Amino acid sequence: MSTTTDETTVVKEIQPLEEATVRFCGDSGDGMQLAGTQFSNTSALAGNDIATFPDFPAEIRAPRGTLAGVSGFQIHFASHDIFTPGETVDALVAMNPAALKTNLADLKKNGVLIVNSNAFDKKALGQAGYEANPIEDDSLSGYQVFSVPMTSMTRGAVDGLDLSVKESDRCRNFFAMGLVFWLYGRSMEPTLRFIEAKFSKLPAIAEANRRALKAGYNFGETTDAFRSSYTVEKAKLPPGTYRNMTGNQALAWGLISAAKLSEKKLFLGSYPITPASDILHELSKFKHYNVLTFQAEDEIAAVCAAIGAAYGGEMALTTTSGPGMALKGEAMGLAMMLELPLVIVDVQRGGPSTGLPTKTEQADLLQAMFGRNGESPLPIIAARSPADCFDVAIEAWRLATRFMTPIVILTDGYIANGSEPWRIPKMADLPKIEVTHPGPRNEDDPPFLAYDRNEELARPWAIPGTPGLMHRVGGLEKQDGTGNVSYDPQNHHHMVMTRAKKVSNIAEAVPPQEVMGSESGKVLVVSWGGTYGSCRTAVARLQAQGKSVSHAHLRYLNPFPRNLGELLSSFDKVLVPELNLGQLRLLLRDKYLVDAVGLNKVQGKPFTTTEIVEKIESMLD
Amino acid sequence: MASAELPVLKPADYGTDQDVRWCPGCGDYSILAQMKKVMSNLNMSREDTVFVSGIGCSSRFPYYMNTYGMHSVHGRAPAFATGLKSSRQDLTVFVITGDGDALSIGGNHLMHVLRRNVNLNIILFNNRIYGLTKGQYSPTSEKGKITKSTPMGAIDNPIHPLSVAISCEATFVARSIDVHIKHLAETLERAVAHKGVSFVEVYQNCNVFNDGAYKWATDKDTKADTVLELEHGKPLIFGKNRDKGIRLNGMTPEVVELGKGISEDDLLFHDEKTTDPTLAYLLTRISHPEFPEPIGVLRDIDAPCYDDAINYQVQQAKEAKGEASLDKLFNSGDTWVVE
Repeated sequence: MSTTTDETTVVKEIQPLEEATVRFCGDSGDGMQLAGTQFSNTSALAGNDIATFPDFPAEIRAPRGTLAGVSGFQIHFASHDIFTPGETVDALVAMNPAALKTNLADLKKNGVLIVNSNAFDKKALGQAGYEANPIEDDSLSGYQVFSVPMTSMTRGAVDGLDLSVKESDRCRNFFAMGLVFWLYGRSMEPTLRFIEAKFSKLPAIAEANRRALKAGYNFGETTDAFRSSYTVEKAKLPPGTYRNMTGNQALAWGLISAAKLSEKKLFLGSYPITPASDILHELSKFKHYNVLTFQAEDEIAAVCAAIGAAYGGEMALTTTSGPGMALKGEAMGLAMMLELPLVIVDVQRGGPSTGLPTKTEQADLLQAMFGRNGESPLPIIAARSPADCFDVAIEAWRLATRFMTPIVILTDGYIANGSEPWRIPKMADLPKIEVTHPGPRNEDDPPFLAYDRNEELARPWAIPGTPGLMHRVGGLEKQDGTGNVSYDPQNHHHMVMTRAKKVSNIAEAVPPQEVMGSESGKVLVVSWGGTYGSCRTAVARLQAQGKSVSHAHLRYLNPFPRNLGELLSSFDKVLVPELNLGQLRLLLRDKYLVDAVGLNKVQGKPFTTTEIVEKIESMLD
Repeated sequence: MASAELPVLKPADYGTDQDVRWCPGCGDYSILAQMKKVMSNLNMSREDTVFVSGIGCSSRFPYYMNTYGMHSVHGRAPAFATGLKSSRQDLTVFVITGDGDALSIGGNHLMHVLRRNVNLNIILFNNRIYGLTKGQYSPTSEKGKITKSTPMGAIDNPIHPLSVAISCEATFVARSIDVHIKHLAETLERAVAHKGVSFVEVYQNCNVFNDGAYKWATDKDTKADTVLELEHGKPLIFGKNRDKGIRLNGMTPEVVELGKGISEDDLLFHDEKTTDPTLAYLLTRISHPEFPEPIGVLRDIDAPCYDDAINYQVQQAKEAKGEASLDKLFNSGDTWVVE
């Protein structure tokens, strides 16, 4: 490792920043997700608010060095509350020419560009479609380019550890991390702890990663190339203990908590599908929390097994993504007929069909709403951010049991894989979920009515094993009260209406819609799901300029909150930004006859704040 | 199961007040009657029993049993039952299905419930026809079968349910016939007694769309020569005078006449307990009209159950990791405090 040769140590300038956005990108085998995750955790531990956006290719391993194989991880961190992973990037680490090519457009003017110069050989340049080496011509002149021979420096750092060239080169991501850690004044401690734990059985690899990390850090510290580093102060978040959470993890933990709060076993029936599989993986680790995980033979078996468990009286769950929910449709309709509580999680991805498995979209709303035969209403709630998934999971189970209904939770790939700080609750502070099952009856008691209803129209959850409550459920229409099969036309009409009313009653059990900003004005932005952050940031920016714009972010999509119609009519214009062609807008226009305008984007990517700001501005003119 | 102090329930006590809507003369009536009798014989508790079915004539069965029941979606009953039994091991769970339900739309789920060895009792009513949809050929219909959807004859090769069951490593495999009521009741009792998945195929007549499909097996005059009743440890003997048997010639079974130098000892002996599936599979391939068809228990072996294992892992995890505390989980790993 070279050091500065001056006698006097150069004291480098540290520039304070309020926020910054960094993106690591490289080949899908380069460990960019790991680098990003480590940097996020470290930033979170340093007290910043963070939001992250992992972006990976659909192929497990696309051919090395190709544009299709570029994997990226973006982290936005700040000394204030933030809601998005940022749009343009302050610092970009590109491990190869393909990564540079596909990511450069997002780097700010004069932003920091760190490239692994070793990777810019003729072959790699050709694979990325470069005719000339961009490091050597002046095509990068608008950026602060730091061309660092990461591969050779990493090899130098791990020299003597008796590693193969391949093993040495695999440590490059730690070198890159170290350099960026230095650039933003991050402590290496959490990552050193991570290395210790992760590679405890591979001491040579652990040592190599440690050395690579430190080498990267020291390179930043000592080389003349970097004049300054940056610092981002702690964010002023509400007091409490925090940890960094991805959406899928928060959802899994929320589901375990919901089971605990209702004193139920959790039964998950699931079939692997991107980007929902991590919920299955996470729950599979927690068997000691009374979690049964069943990896079924397909999506249909997954939901059916969950319904079986629901009939047995346990907390039943199925997790999937769009195409998987399509397969579950028939069984979801059955669960609706059986009037059993069941949580169906759809982590939305780009569609239709197999679509863009690793990219985000929010185009399953209408599927959740209508994707079943007959009149088959289901409540739908959506998480707005990674940490919010925890609360949404608990809320879903609370509603499912209170109303005896399956319920759909919508998240998306962006929320599921993204992360943010989560303020850790105390279990004792979370309200219990009261679930009751009717008790035994004697032979001479009046017959048990499986479809008798309470004032909210929920039927009793009588579970097998209870004497005197024997009853049969099924998908054939049920006679009101008894639950016997009935083909009576009036009864069918009555039951269809009753089930619809039961679901609409949920609006009375959920809080009225909140608004950020004034409750009337020129423009109301209505959003749902993962667009929360960009919509909120856009509206806040315009509100700071004194513009008459407010924001209503919907958690409850079916039924809508009871005050929503009034709210919509209190604004001159309504804007509905969605990562689809206008699904929420369709529902709002239908129900409230409001001339809502859409901002629609289906590119597998979240909105940037700027896109939303510009649209709102055009509506304010 | 009910305790000794409880009144003994009669077969009728296991029925509901619902009108049974099968066609007059349907073989399903017999199976329903035997099921009630078996539950009574075994003094099974109604509240601890669940019948899960798919779609089809047979799948109306749960509505007629005064137990817990679920009439589910087509072909998926094994999946519902897996979820139910895994989370509620205290229950006795039956899966009622038909040849269309189990072997076409539900073929996948049947395969998996069998190989997992979930402790369920699967009763497959095989009438070799689609009854509820009014007479199309089913996966067990013979090649050349003329039906509404196959006016020129079915061109599919039929599937052999018991062969499928054996190749999926089912731990209890049996066959009976709707009108052989004593045999049917005994077979169902054995299925209930088996720990692990029980797969019972019942030859069942559809007198509307496929009348007489098993006439050869039920006709007084022919059944002694066309049906072979399996008994554990006994040679494969059949015939009115019990003078015929089956022996192995190399790997190939053949029908032989006893006497004339062939004794019982030369015959194939039935061993339902052998863990190797080869012999049981061979029995599934012995079929009419070349051979008498075996009825009774082809296989009955002990093996770990899925529902035991899934719950055992929970137990193991609890023992290994100690008292689960969500507060501890939440605060584990890297956390930080904002004052």
